[in-house]
Amino acid sequence: MTSSADHGQPSRSSAGPSLGEKIALALSRREVWISLGFLVLFLAIWEWLPPLAKIPPYILPPISAVFKEFFRLLHVENLFLHTGLTLIEVIIGFVLGSLLGMVVGYALGLSPMLEFVLSPYILALQITPKVAFAPLFIMWLGYTVYPKILVAILIVFFPVLINVLSSVRTIDPAMINLARSFSASRAQIFWKIEFPASMPNLFAGLRIGSTLAVIGIVVGELVGGNKGLGYLLVLGEGQGNTAMVFVTIILLTVIGILAYLAVILAERRVLHYMPERQIGPV
Amino acid sequence: MSAAYRLEFRGVTKTFATKKGRGEPLVAVRDVSVALSDGEVVSIIGPSGCGKSTLLNMGAGLDRPTAGQVFVDGDLVTKPNSHVAFMLQKDLLLPWRNILENVELGQEIQGASKSDRVKRGTELLARYHLGDFAQHYPHQLSGGMRQRAALARTMAMNPDVVLLDEPFSALDAQTKLVLQKDLAQVLWEEKKTALFITHDISEAVSLSDRVLVMSRRPGTIIREMIIEIPDRPDPFKRRRHPRMGEYVTELLGLLGIVDGTLEDERKADA
Ligand SMILES: Nc1ncnc2c1ncn2[C@@H]1O[C@H](COP(=O)(O)OP(=O)(O)O)[C@@H](O)[C@H]1O
Ligand SMILES: [Mg+2]
Repeated sequence: MTSSADHGQPSRSSAGPSLGEKIALALSRREVWISLGFLVLFLAIWEWLPPLAKIPPYILPPISAVFKEFFRLLHVENLFLHTGLTLIEVIIGFVLGSLLGMVVGYALGLSPMLEFVLSPYILALQITPKVAFAPLFIMWLGYTVYPKILVAILIVFFPVLINVLSSVRTIDPAMINLARSFSASRAQIFWKIEFPASMPNLFAGLRIGSTLAVIGIVVGELVGGNKGLGYLLVLGEGQGNTAMVFVTIILLTVIGILAYLAVILAERRVLHYMPERQIGPV
Repeated sequence: MSAAYRLEFRGVTKTFATKKGRGEPLVAVRDVSVALSDGEVVSIIGPSGCGKSTLLNMGAGLDRPTAGQVFVDGDLVTKPNSHVAFMLQKDLLLPWRNILENVELGQEIQGASKSDRVKRGTELLARYHLGDFAQHYPHQLSGGMRQRAALARTMAMNPDVVLLDEPFSALDAQTKLVLQKDLAQVLWEEKKTALFITHDISEAVSLSDRVLVMSRRPGTIIREMIIEIPDRPDPFKRRRHPRMGEYVTELLGLLGIVDGTLEDERKADA
């Protein structure tokens, strides 16, 4: 860097392109069209390969049968209700699990004593497969939404906790000293330095948590109850209705994508100050 | 101000417990006495690990001496205070704040109103040639500009004493020269008292009234050199002064660098 660069223009202007411009830009790229081409190819193979290869529909129904099943389920099984319920459970489980992970993560990060005392138990709990708790929670709380949400909370909790904890632990001590040199109180150090500094890590945890929340809810619904997409999975399996299972899997994927996208959008807003490449692709 | 000195280290020793409490405690600095009068700029040079940063932390009140005392304006330093500000090699700009907000940090912590902060911050940024970059984020700035912003943040509290720990050592040669000049001017015009740590000998000579040389660990002051060159606010002019080379050569010798080899290397060869 020379002194002319010293006075030079910044690498990136603060105002980014609008959404419309971004979409137009995306559509002008060849890769995007190739990617879309793949989707069409995939759907075509799904539609025509099974009958050609003489795979019976109860093993692999063509995509058109899955579509038909989707519309049938809308009328017969009240698909919207099941999907909506699962979505709401995912949101509640994710939000509560994340909040709990944050609170405990910051508390442990700020108190080395607490971390020392609790870390063996947290490690043990982290290794336990959280979904194994689902039957237990159902025995405790019955066939309600609560055991499902509880599984999701438990499973979302850990990645958020671990990420928050490691960010507080690895913060540059010179950064803390800077605030101290301005006579900052402990609370000011937390809110002005440690908390904002943990945002990139927090969002890494939330990204993982958002996909795990769906797993937690589905497992809970699989184990017991008569509502939600997990229940429809069990029902479809019992009826030997492969198309119904596919419809459910696709809807669960959509819910997972929505949850993940929500996190990404929030991340873009909160981490707007970071160079774009550091936030990473969607 | 009644005290004789702005900043004074009186018989300061600092020891650190070594890892896991085993072995000898590490003596970082031993029995250091340094006193800076109002408006004086003093540099400290010495081998790395000799305790320069440790000394500075004690001056800032971030750390307490094991023995001895530190005084600012005659008051014993026990914790950070607003008369002293420091600046490090790392700019420590908070990436989530724009440049103006970074400069405001100190005042914000001390509860100044938003309008006061913006007024002061905008003033400072203009003075440090960063007026157009107030709304930019640190990653959008070059290393030199970031270090300028860090200097503005340090000066925002209007401290009497400025502690600088190798502030320019990560910059390229040209940027460094420009920033040295900016710093020299500001220190002169605002009559700041400054303790400046560097390992760049010509930087030490061209910016200071006095240069102190520290021994290797446990660090102690082994030599004081008064720089009798005029024009302290203009380091460029000072560098061209005939006595410049004389000081530099003598300091090189004190640091054990003779004929381009290190003392350690010569010992190893022998
Ligand atoms: N907090 C600390 N705990 C233990 N040892 C330390 C600590 N801070 C510094 N030291 C040691 O004290 C010595 C002096 O360090 P420092 O003041 O950073 O040196 P310098 O700035 O001159 O390079 C080094 O050997 C360093 O390892
Ligand atoms: Mg140092």
